Amino acid sequence: MEMLISFTIGLLTTSGVFLILRGRTFPVVLGLTLLSYAVNLFIFASGRLVIDGAAVLETDLAVPDPLPQALVLTAIVIGFAMTAFAVILSMRARADLGNDHVDGQIPDTPEEISHEMIREKRK
Amino acid sequence: MFALFWIPLLTLLGTLVPLLARNLPRTLCALAASILPATALLLILTKAGAVLDGASFTEHYTWAPLIGLELAFRLDGYALLFTLLILCIGLLVILYARYYLSEQDSIGRFYAFLILFMTAMLGIVMSENLLQLWLFWELTSISSFLLISFWSHRSDARKGARMALTVTGMGGLALLAGILLIGDTVGSLNLSDILASGDRIRESDNYALILILVLLGAFTKSAQFPFHFWLPHAMAAPTPVSAYLHSATMVKAGIFLLGRFFPVLSGTELWFILVGFTGLTTLLIGAYIALFKHDLKGLLAYSTISHLGLIVLLLGLNSPLGAVAAIFHIINHATFKASLFMAAGIIDHETGSRDMRQLNGLWKYMPYTATLAIVAALAMAGVPLLNGFLSKEMFFAETVSQNYLGALSWALPVLATIGATFSVAYSLRFIHDVFFNGEPINLPKTPHEPPRYMKLPVEVLVALCLLVGIAPSWIVADLLMGASSSLLNGPLPEFNIALWHGFNMPLMMSLIALTGGILIYSAREGLFAFQAQFADRDAKIEFERLVQQLINVSTRFYAALESGSLQRYILLTLVFTLLVSAIPLISITQTTGPRATLPADPVSLIAVIILALATVATLIWHRQRMIALIGASVVGLIVSLIFARFSAPDLALTQLAVEVVTVILLMLALFFLPQKTPKESSPSRVVRDLGVAALLGGFMATISYALMTRPLESISDFFITNAKTGGGGTNIVNVILVDFRGFDTWGEITVLGIAGLGIYKLIRRIRLFMPSGDASGRHWSKDAHPLMLARVSQALLPIALLVSAYIFLRGHNLPGGGFIAGLITSVAIIQQYIANGVQFMKGRLLLNYQWLIGLGLLIATLTGMGSWLFGRPFLTSWFDHFHLPLLGDFELASAMLFDLGVYLTVIGATLLILANLGQLTTPERANVEEPH
Repeated sequence: MEMLISFTIGLLTTSGVFLILRGRTFPVVLGLTLLSYAVNLFIFASGRLVIDGAAVLETDLAVPDPLPQALVLTAIVIGFAMTAFAVILSMRARADLGNDHVDGQIPDTPEEISHEMIREKRK
Repeated sequence: MFALFWIPLLTLLGTLVPLLARNLPRTLCALAASILPATALLLILTKAGAVLDGASFTEHYTWAPLIGLELAFRLDGYALLFTLLILCIGLLVILYARYYLSEQDSIGRFYAFLILFMTAMLGIVMSENLLQLWLFWELTSISSFLLISFWSHRSDARKGARMALTVTGMGGLALLAGILLIGDTVGSLNLSDILASGDRIRESDNYALILILVLLGAFTKSAQFPFHFWLPHAMAAPTPVSAYLHSATMVKAGIFLLGRFFPVLSGTELWFILVGFTGLTTLLIGAYIALFKHDLKGLLAYSTISHLGLIVLLLGLNSPLGAVAAIFHIINHATFKASLFMAAGIIDHETGSRDMRQLNGLWKYMPYTATLAIVAALAMAGVPLLNGFLSKEMFFAETVSQNYLGALSWALPVLATIGATFSVAYSLRFIHDVFFNGEPINLPKTPHEPPRYMKLPVEVLVALCLLVGIAPSWIVADLLMGASSSLLNGPLPEFNIALWHGFNMPLMMSLIALTGGILIYSAREGLFAFQAQFADRDAKIEFERLVQQLINVSTRFYAALESGSLQRYILLTLVFTLLVSAIPLISITQTTGPRATLPADPVSLIAVIILALATVATLIWHRQRMIALIGASVVGLIVSLIFARFSAPDLALTQLAVEVVTVILLMLALFFLPQKTPKESSPSRVVRDLGVAALLGGFMATISYALMTRPLESISDFFITNAKTGGGGTNIVNVILVDFRGFDTWGEITVLGIAGLGIYKLIRRIRLFMPSGDASGRHWSKDAHPLMLARVSQALLPIALLVSAYIFLRGHNLPGGGFIAGLITSVAIIQQYIANGVQFMKGRLLLNYQWLIGLGLLIATLTGMGSWLFGRPFLTSWFDHFHLPLLGDFELASAMLFDLGVYLTVIGATLLILANLGQLTTPERANVEEPH
């Protein structure tokens, strides 16, 4: 089971990071979402996996570590706020700049544009 | 009696006085500025008697004890000498500057800088704690920067100030390192402890390093070779500044430091080599160059460098008598050099020029000033009956009596005599070129005597030169002995300062120097021609070039690092993360830990396979945004199942609710964004990004696996034990959120509220492109609010609200709580928006979401503050059990009120985001500008 969860975390991280490295805003937002799943699962897993544990006190069941759960709970909510902010920001950026590239402008050549060119454009 | 801290404090307060008095007439402003420094001087004088009798005062006040920083002051003979120099010459300079500065100069600002500098100097010489000394040391660098660049409209002033700041500032950093090493070696940063542990420092392994670092600090400050170049360029300062900083005080700070550490650092061969040779080199170079400077202040600047070198050389000789001579020369140099600078300032002021090729024959026009300047210049040359002669004799005697260089020991007195010869020559040039030697050439003004009181400071200083020179034992012996004994921190050597020691070697050397100086000066034309063959190197240009090169290098580095491409930044950050995390991962010998693992069951396996497929689908079809979004939402659902599977019902509920809200949000956003991502990345970039991503994923998987297979050592036992008894709840997760870590949650909901408001601001006034159909050109459905959906959701609303109320109420003891309940309520309301439209909701739901956020935060905060009423810390919780007929037993806890705040904030923030985004397409949108 631990192997499965680790695999899940690894796969989610991989996809999340790859999407974050894209040039347009929407895939980046999706990447952030996937990456926060991975991070939340990771923090959760740091409390170790317990099946059929006690959800509350005063039962005979084993009590799972509550601290990572509490951390992840707020992380989920804050993660939502962050995703929302990122996506609205990208909407606003598209509305104001006319494109949805993360740099606010579409590079001339898709590949490895030189720094000087970006600087020139800014001026 | 008074406390020592009053001395720097008085002058620190004194920096404000001239600023307040800056609109008064200038004489009054000068008077006001001098009140507090004069008071400080009087206070010091009340202690002078005791200090000269050998007493030494220290005071300690706690400041930052953990880093060894105390507010500690010290007044002993050595500090007293410098305090008197700083305050007396400072007061004279205040008087002098009153006449020197013109009407256009802001005299209040000038005095404020000057007295700030005075404070910094007093702080250095009176510090008992070395860190505190260093702070004041840096303050002198900064305040001298302000003074040198006082005429900030002049490029040379700005450049000179920058150069001085850079050089002395870098020296200051070295000094800090040296001080910290000393503190490390001795175990204390207090001077008294350090002065008592000289042997320990000299024997420590760090001795060489400490010495070099401290010397870097001292040599940069005191303009010793090879750092001497900043001083001539600091001459762009107004002349009162030069008279104060570059003769009497700031450049003496380095020497002060050498003297202060003399008992601790000196006495070794390394000290002699580093200090002695630096001093000797500086002495010779300064004296030689001074002769060729046509600028009056330039000559004085190089002469100062030379005399500082002489003092450093004396300290470098490792002999107590040498240190005494050094102190004596500090006093003498301060008096004659300050008066010479002031005289140069008068000449500049009254003639409009400082160029000795123009200034000739001024004797006729200003005989009184000329007399004063000539006496001071003769003191500089070391002519008998003047103070410079006495200390120069002592210097000669010291060079003769040393034998560090073995058979070559004769070289030192010879070189000293050569330095003195040039000193005589440039002093002569100062006298002869300026006051005699024909008629003035093309002077901008007709020279005349300065105002009466502008001469007063010069008179006082020149009188001192004479008095000390004629009757040294009356005037200066007590001060000299007091300062020397506290500098040496041990027995005072036998010495006798007198005019006449008989016909001996030092007198011979003096005579040779005087004769030689006259000869050199008379042969000056040939020498000037010889010197003219060398290219004139301007330190300012070279320094600027160096600075420019540094700027170029860092600009290139900066450009490579910050290209403006977000993708590049993220990639660099990720690659760095990979490198940093690879190191500890490699050092773990075994991936699998000893903890027993759980067996994988078929259901979990299937769930993970679905998750994996959905993730891969998101990855592959990420350019088809709708498909990618569906993939991601499947992932989110499975994640919430994972939480449920592993005994975290609260998380599962939260994740589910958030998932719903997120997907709605992203779908709304997708409406306004392109439906497809163009293909931009080249195959090589895709491979590169995939490689980095896969490596990171592999790392994360490895770390997770290694973590999960190792035993758990958690701090949660505390929470588990105290949740019921201390927090009054059995749902530990909720108790942690609203009680144990309530302060964190309070911060969280604040952030949530801020994010909501930020998004609201982003949405307002947004100029939108609204597509009329999807990517394939199909128009949107005309039936925006299907009847069935509307009816069913309206029926569902009360149930949904009831569920959320139930979830909220039971949260303390069963899975649930404010976060989850808030999300459920939000989803229920959003459902109504979707099903019935904004128009429909507007008339029925009269909630202002900003107010809701504010109300939630207010409730949470007030609950927290409520515990203050009972004398408890913020957010202390209270709970009790009650009994009501019919309802039975129930529990009330203050944490529930806090949770209510959480609940309201979550609803407010979520709806503020979604409802505002949703109504962008409707006429209800707030202040939307139509696209141009």
